[in-house]
Amino acid sequence: MSEFTQLMVSGVFTGMLYALLALGFVVVVKGSGVINFSQGEVVVLGAFVVSWLLTDVGVPFWLGVPATVVVMMVVGAGIERFALRPLQNESMLALVMATIALGSIIRGLVPMIWGDGLRSIPSLIDQRRYEWFGISIPTITFWSAVMVLILLGAFGFFFSRSRLGLAMQAVSDDRVAAQSLGINIRLVNAVSWAMAGGIAALAGYVWGSLLGVDSRLVVLGALIFPVVILGGLESIVGAVIGGIAVGLVESLSAGYLNDDLGAGFSTVAPLIMLLLVLFVRPYGLFGRPEIERV
Amino acid sequence: METGRFHEKYAEEIAVYGTPYRRIWILAVLAVTFVVVPLVASPYWLVVLTLVGIAAVGATGLNVLVGYAGQISLGHAAFAAVGAYTSGLLVSRADAPFWVAIPTAMVAAGVFSLIFGLASLRVKGLYLAIATLAAQYIVQWILSSWTWITGGFQGIVIFEPIEIGPFDTTTPTGKYLLVFITLAVVVMFVENLMRSRSGRAMIAVRDQDIAAAGSAVSPLRYKLLAFFISSAIAGLSGVLYGYNAGLVSTEVFTLALSVQYLAMILVGGLGSIPGSILGAAFITMLPIWLRDLLPAVGIELSASVEVHLLTMLFGVAILLFLVLEPRGLYGLFRNIKDYFRMWPFSY
Repeated sequence: MSEFTQLMVSGVFTGMLYALLALGFVVVVKGSGVINFSQGEVVVLGAFVVSWLLTDVGVPFWLGVPATVVVMMVVGAGIERFALRPLQNESMLALVMATIALGSIIRGLVPMIWGDGLRSIPSLIDQRRYEWFGISIPTITFWSAVMVLILLGAFGFFFSRSRLGLAMQAVSDDRVAAQSLGINIRLVNAVSWAMAGGIAALAGYVWGSLLGVDSRLVVLGALIFPVVILGGLESIVGAVIGGIAVGLVESLSAGYLNDDLGAGFSTVAPLIMLLLVLFVRPYGLFGRPEIERV
Repeated sequence: METGRFHEKYAEEIAVYGTPYRRIWILAVLAVTFVVVPLVASPYWLVVLTLVGIAAVGATGLNVLVGYAGQISLGHAAFAAVGAYTSGLLVSRADAPFWVAIPTAMVAAGVFSLIFGLASLRVKGLYLAIATLAAQYIVQWILSSWTWITGGFQGIVIFEPIEIGPFDTTTPTGKYLLVFITLAVVVMFVENLMRSRSGRAMIAVRDQDIAAAGSAVSPLRYKLLAFFISSAIAGLSGVLYGYNAGLVSTEVFTLALSVQYLAMILVGGLGSIPGSILGAAFITMLPIWLRDLLPAVGIELSASVEVHLLTMLFGVAILLFLVLEPRGLYGLFRNIKDYFRMWPFSY
């Protein structure tokens, strides 16, 4: 029983970190409707930038992390400007293909700049674990989860209350209608990609601290999809619920099934969950259920 | 003066030999491929062309899905792996003859892919790309951790050579012939598929799914059919890979290979068979050119940097062609040809 509780609790906390990964994806869907296959790679880039700033350049933490966020926002806006804007009148197939290409570019570029070795991120909080009632959680996971909750709240507020947030949702709903109401589509697209970049910087910092910075982190990109498919492609609440579900599936299968089914099953289990969700409820728990079955 | 070719009957539209010259061209290409090249080419070029041919089989298959049905697959390397392992294991464990093993492998790859197709093709949108990304990771995990399937160290499966007339597939000529005979069959199949009701239905679903559904063309059915055919051909290219290398191991069929297939059809030209072959040639030759040209200009790269550089260049190639020439190399070729057909009076 105590093992089960431990697995559940750490699953929920890790789930918050998955929600952070998915948030960057959701922001792009909300702002431009593009299914972004490069978010995982952008997160890896963020992890490498933050690790390079903090260790090689020696910038202090309070400056290094915000600086990474700024750098990655510029990267995100640059991706939109130079890769996606030239395609803005093309089909969705072309846009999605462009994000796949971007993923491949970043996957090649990152080890060419920083090499193949494992890097680390100096941790702000010492590597302890919190112990409550016999359940232990690494400090970094705990505080990251708290940060994610605050961030998710802020984005939820932004999308439901602010003028720009509503404009972004309008664009993803219907580009032409939004444009004819005077919404600046280019601005909206650029802002959503910049936000995705900034979120990727934070996700890179958190996941890099947890797992070490290394190009194998790109597997996180594949784990975004179970989160957003379960939660609904453009729902922030969905990203939280989906993230927690993925965290639980991963943690429980790591605890109980890895020995029987082979090492690494816990990474694949969320992907199997993804297939099951697609079979049952393809638009997710919180997605817009207006699906055209044609 | 000729101003262009205009079809007056539907039969002219779907004719394989649109002009009398086309028949001569096709015969010439076949003669060069199957007679001249095997006699003239050096073993080095036979090896390179064989690799191009294997890639061209996979790319032609993927083009059925992306070019004609308008869906993206990120799992074609995984389906190639299913094909390669099925045929390899059937031959090595069950002593099946190759003419049983190869069709079985294609069906296995197609049926396996349907799991992912059924999950994602029922709804509109590019969900197939997500499901096939999952397929890619699931297959990679199965290959690396279920050693009772793949057998032994790093999942290596040995392929027994096949005899083709006087050649067997241990010689470069035999491999070349096996691959290009297969490619010719695949090209003929896909060309005819596109002239049939099914092929036109796929294009209809790609262009206007609602109108297609209104014309009693079931989008799900034709998207699934395109995906099944495409994955079965990917399985076939996996089999060819196995016969060419003599063995398969788990590290071959990665996500990078799936992206490489996408790069081939985008560089070559979406929805065009000559485009698939041109793209396969371009993407397969790229590492060879890099290896020959970079040292010539004084840049020496280590093997690992070269892999990363290639990964990046494949992405750059996709992006450049998407933005600058969406119809690919074949579209470029057609433009140039049309320009010179009426030269100097082109308009």
